[in-house]
Amino acid sequence: MDNLVKIKIDGKDFELASNLSILDVSKNLNLDIPYLCDHPDLDVRANCRMCMVEIKGKLVPACSTKISEGMEIITQSERIHKTRKSNLELIMANHQQDCFHCPYFGSCQLKNLMKTYGLNASAFSSRKKNREDFSMGKSVVFKSQKCMECRACVSACEKQGINFLEIDGNGLEIKIIPSLNKNKDCVYCGQCVSHCPVGAMLPDMSDLEEIEKLLKEKKYILIAQIAPAIRASLGEEFKIPYGQLTVGHISTGLKALGFQYVFDVSTGADLTTMEEAQELIERIEHNGKLPLLTSCCPAWVKYVEFYRPEFINNLTTVRSPQMIMSNVIKSYWAKENKIKSANIKLVSIMPCTAKKYEANRPEFKKLVDYVLTTRELALLLKRHQVMPEKLKESSLDALFSSSGVIYGASGGVMESALRTAYYLITGKEPQEIAFEKMRGLEGCRQAKYKIGKYTLNVAAVSGLKNAENLLQKIKADSKLYDYVEIMACPGGCLSGGGQPVPVNDEIRKKRANVLYQLDKKSEIKYAHDNPFVKEIYKTFLKDEKNRKTVCHTQYAKKKKEGHIIKKI
Amino acid sequence: MNEIIEKIKQSGLKGRGGANFPVGIKWEIFNATLANKKYVIMNAAEGEPDVFKDRYILENHLEETLKGFKLALDLFENTQGYIFLNKSLYDLLENKIRKFVNKWPVNLVKEKGGYLNGEETVLIESIEGHRLEPRIKPPYPPEKGLWQFPTLINNVETFYHVYQISQNQYHQTRFYSLTGDLNNIGVYELKEDSNILEILKQTKNLSEKPFFVQVGGGASGIFLEQENLDQPISGAGSLIVYDTNKTDKIKLLKKILSFFLKENCGQCVPCREGIYRLNELILKKSIDWLKAKELCQTLKESSFCGLGVGCGMACESLIDIIVKFNQANG
Repeated sequence: MDNLVKIKIDGKDFELASNLSILDVSKNLNLDIPYLCDHPDLDVRANCRMCMVEIKGKLVPACSTKISEGMEIITQSERIHKTRKSNLELIMANHQQDCFHCPYFGSCQLKNLMKTYGLNASAFSSRKKNREDFSMGKSVVFKSQKCMECRACVSACEKQGINFLEIDGNGLEIKIIPSLNKNKDCVYCGQCVSHCPVGAMLPDMSDLEEIEKLLKEKKYILIAQIAPAIRASLGEEFKIPYGQLTVGHISTGLKALGFQYVFDVSTGADLTTMEEAQELIERIEHNGKLPLLTSCCPAWVKYVEFYRPEFINNLTTVRSPQMIMSNVIKSYWAKENKIKSANIKLVSIMPCTAKKYEANRPEFKKLVDYVLTTRELALLLKRHQVMPEKLKESSLDALFSSSGVIYGASGGVMESALRTAYYLITGKEPQEIAFEKMRGLEGCRQAKYKIGKYTLNVAAVSGLKNAENLLQKIKADSKLYDYVEIMACPGGCLSGGGQPVPVNDEIRKKRANVLYQLDKKSEIKYAHDNPFVKEIYKTFLKDEKNRKTVCHTQYAKKKKEGHIIKKI
Repeated sequence: MNEIIEKIKQSGLKGRGGANFPVGIKWEIFNATLANKKYVIMNAAEGEPDVFKDRYILENHLEETLKGFKLALDLFENTQGYIFLNKSLYDLLENKIRKFVNKWPVNLVKEKGGYLNGEETVLIESIEGHRLEPRIKPPYPPEKGLWQFPTLINNVETFYHVYQISQNQYHQTRFYSLTGDLNNIGVYELKEDSNILEILKQTKNLSEKPFFVQVGGGASGIFLEQENLDQPISGAGSLIVYDTNKTDKIKLLKKILSFFLKENCGQCVPCREGIYRLNELILKKSIDWLKAKELCQTLKESSFCGLGVGCGMACESLIDIIVKFNQANG
């Protein structure tokens, strides 16, 4: 229990835990202290100087000042207002405003602050017109002319243990750059994107503009596939309460935009589960390489391929739900429905920037034509004034189980695969809550499960630093685990680099809760009970060659990839 | 209670680096913080332009100063010392100091960066091999400093006075470097509460021509007009005199701004952007003084470290003098 301290804020008395900063208090009590650089996931950097408050006649930043007994804090005064406004003006001077192309469109903190502080435009013009942008893996883009050098991106990258983004230069010349070190490479997780307060780190949005063209041309059959995590978060962009914006609404929204068919990637997840559960059993029974490591997360896969190639053989060869589903749509579903796959343009809606990279991996031969992140979908809907809250729900074009839906939360792949493995081993359905220990936001959850004659040691990990720690443990003792799920982003795909901002642990829990509630209420709970899955295994996937082509892949050690730097 | 700390506290000695923090209290906190390793650092970065009193002390009282430093080293058994010198002092004194501290657990460090390197947390970051940027305070170095261990950082002059205190020879004096448009340029040891007018008189530097002064450093020092000289010197012990009629005040302002433009680390918005915009305004033909003062305020009120605050204070006080002068002279 923390010590309580008595403080005064704008004349009002409070008794609060002493380990809080003034800004924490402000957030908890919904006070009106502005901030930009602060993020609860990251260490305090206190460099935007927007959160200045007054204590004993002196202005101090609320983010880096802890409350203490007897402290009297003033949060609003003319003096404070002037200082905040002046710093905002200095930030805005170098912030290129191309709002229509920015995923912050409609929810921009800078715009809100300008309104609050009565700043119409900066008196100064940008000093960064010659700065370079850079693009990483066609997944993440850095727009130098929006950046305020708060370094949240650098901290987020450091927190992942990647350290690919670096601070270069001093004083005015300070800038964020991609590392030139050949031993460091971006894994495209996009945590820099979710932590950037000003939209300088963005998903690569070139696909969005291509899709705009396709929607206008109407030459192709447009098909969308929606990842599990989208339904947990898209509502945030439209201020719709959690759980009320369903995948059915999103499907209707996409159809209103001009998509003809909409699939749920949860269907693909069910197929991943089927294959992965079988692979797990096979590896255990035939002394295969263990622990089996999941490979649904393309940032994690890139991490292994670049940083820890010695673990490549531990990765499951099963393709991610995105890649399996795209193949099923183009080679099975299209044929069944007498559609030429050449006439299809398939668009994935993903919570993830690295899924853009995955879709472009040469071995997948452009099965997925375009990938949009959740934020890009929101921008697309807003641009076309399709407001999902006003739409009726429509059903998806293939069935899916709720085991596929929980893929969106860290631990979900593991839980889903264990449910099916349990069924395959024992012939019985698992208890509903049999694998709940895999859920949660802790960096690494582990458990021991007895399934039939096997005792399985399993772990679910999120965050790449946690993943690296686990790999070190496995290196020391390879028998530690049989099966490990790893997701690059903290909490899993639900807080992926393409998800709405802001994000924090409270929001992560709410998003996870949406998925687990869907699981609780679902009629089809297990991948092996999904009629679509049953059907496809009886027909198309019965053919071993099809099954290998559609559901499996391989990995290879990677060298540093070229990152495009361009002057704009 | 430690004897030397008690003596320092009784003497009322304040830090001579410019921040004026009571030395006894700093030593007490450092001494009381539990740790299995501690560090003591002598700050001889002396980076303010036109300030040369630490140099004078090291040239003339090196042994006493080092003995004062040793008193801090001896406070705690497992203590490592660092003597941090600016480039010119390092080149000048390296051999002499090494000879004297031969058997002490002390490292000599040559400054890597510029002006900001003398800020105590930047100095720590510099020794740790990081970017030369200040840390968020608190925690202050006496609690968590170098490599996160308790670290006592004092300025050259402070250690010299500590030695004097230990020998019962401290008489509430401090060192002032005097320069600019005056006859007797040099370093003087005078009472610490001397006001500026007295200092000018005692050193036979009081001019009959109109003048204004900058006190506390040639960059961050504040500018004062002749009618405001009945106050002691704040900041570093430095007094620079400017002949009012002879001095191109705008040029002086530009010089100060280009100094800070070059020396700021770029970490925080007010400093990186504020100084740039202030400079931009001053370079214009017709200067928007109101906007310029607004930016000075922002620097003073919200900069991350003392550099921006100092820049804001120096520029604002000089702008006041310029505006007043312009008004008086049409």
